[in-house]
Amino acid sequence: MFYGGRWTIFWRMGLDDQGFGDVIGRPLYGPGSSFSDFLSGHSPEILPRMDSKGPAPIPEGTTVLALRYAEGVIIAGDRRATEGFQIAHRSIEKVFAADDMSAVAIAGAAGPAIEMVRLFQTELEHYEKVEGDRLTLEGKANKLSQMIRANLPMAVQGMVVVPLFAGYDEAREMGRLFKYDVTGGRYEEDDYHATGSGGKDARSSLKKRWKADLTREAAVKVAIEALFDAADEDVGTGGPDLVRGIFPTVAAISAAGMQEIHEDEVRTLFEELIADRSIELRRPESHPVDLRRPGDER
Amino acid sequence: MPMPYYVSPEQLMKDKADYARKGIARGKSVIALEYADGIAFVAENPSATLHKISEIYDRIAFAGVGKFNEFEQLRIGGIRLVDMKGYSYSREDVTAKGLANAYAQTLGNIFTSELKPYECEILVASVGEATDRNELFHILYDGSVTDRTGWVVMGGQSDALNTFFENNYPKGYPTSVPTLAEAIKLGHKAMTSVESREIAPNALEVAVLDRNRSRRKFRRLNEKDLPKLG
Repeated sequence: MFYGGRWTIFWRMGLDDQGFGDVIGRPLYGPGSSFSDFLSGHSPEILPRMDSKGPAPIPEGTTVLALRYAEGVIIAGDRRATEGFQIAHRSIEKVFAADDMSAVAIAGAAGPAIEMVRLFQTELEHYEKVEGDRLTLEGKANKLSQMIRANLPMAVQGMVVVPLFAGYDEAREMGRLFKYDVTGGRYEEDDYHATGSGGKDARSSLKKRWKADLTREAAVKVAIEALFDAADEDVGTGGPDLVRGIFPTVAAISAAGMQEIHEDEVRTLFEELIADRSIELRRPESHPVDLRRPGDER
Repeated sequence: MPMPYYVSPEQLMKDKADYARKGIARGKSVIALEYADGIAFVAENPSATLHKISEIYDRIAFAGVGKFNEFEQLRIGGIRLVDMKGYSYSREDVTAKGLANAYAQTLGNIFTSELKPYECEILVASVGEATDRNELFHILYDGSVTDRTGWVVMGGQSDALNTFFENNYPKGYPTSVPTLAEAIKLGHKAMTSVESREIAPNALEVAVLDRNRSRRKFRRLNEKDLPKLG
């Protein structure tokens, strides 16, 4: 083809099957081992969209928390999503394994947050496969920070995504946890943190109950109590749903990897907690209703 | 203006194929064997970091022989392709067949339109719920694909290795397949007998696609995981 005064040859490598075929033949310079960088060059349309016309009623996730214990870190979240004053979902999942050694717990706009987690999971696995090695925990935390920063235009419109990131640092041999702000600011917490609408209540509870070097059992108990306190004070946070049998998600991450605490254990701990609290709080005479009309007293 | 000499298409393709085949035969071989719980890969590889066998997706693994930079480019391109497909659709929509097809098209186009063909052969393997649901796609330098069962050998003295497995791989596929230890020993024995020299266990790169693992079926085996090799 004679074009612009120069002979140029056009050819296209690979099969253009559903727009994927040209991927293999592409040169390797460019996106390196980052999946999201690769997508933003090759198919930006399938990345989570960053433009929004204004706030819309969307489901919001509420309380998630993480705390360190002797062998690693506990990460937990309630199961409720709200839309304004309505319950949008009773059994939403807010704690996601990012890979074998780390997890993300999401609070805020559920849609963008879940999409962000999906991209983050793919990103970590993609890196591991391409490089033949896992990212360090620090590297993962920084990558998540960039993804939150990319969501800033949506956050300004009200769709805020502020996850908690927790994992086991294989180099330092300890559990670590990170909180974020909407600008992607990343702050490491030494002991515990909770975020979401009931975050403040959960933090108050954690502040009283958390101690250094808790055992796994004790740490799970502390997490459950904090979630219970958050649900007790915050209308957006779901407590244990004894009618439907829906309980908050709790997972422990240690050198052995991430393990979800079995629902039976979570249920038992909630039942014990409710029994203890009932003894302390339930007194028939403590809420007397005075049915006498004024003037009857005499 | 100098005129290029006329070369018939037959001659051109033959020259390219000879060139590619020579390059591939110079390298060391990779063997894939179906065993009771999946697919085992055995390769002679003195390097512990430049892998010939690697994970592509949940059930899919990749093996390459020949020029490292060429099959490495194919490997990374493949990972990008499947991760993109799995991210935009679902994990179950990623198939070995789709990937093998994309590789075949890429290698076919490179073979016909580029001056130098790729000097590599690759294997796309996928472990299924049962032995007869496993898939092994062997893709040559010119993009031709074959769907294999039982074993696949690539690179090095592949003809001699094929003869070895025809005589020694258990008859009666898919009901009688070797155990993992048997498969690794068989692969090692094939290499030592064809090359007529000892191959130390630490010079082997061994990996499996094990259907009993959770989501990601691929696992590398270290020297201490290997059975005793005679």
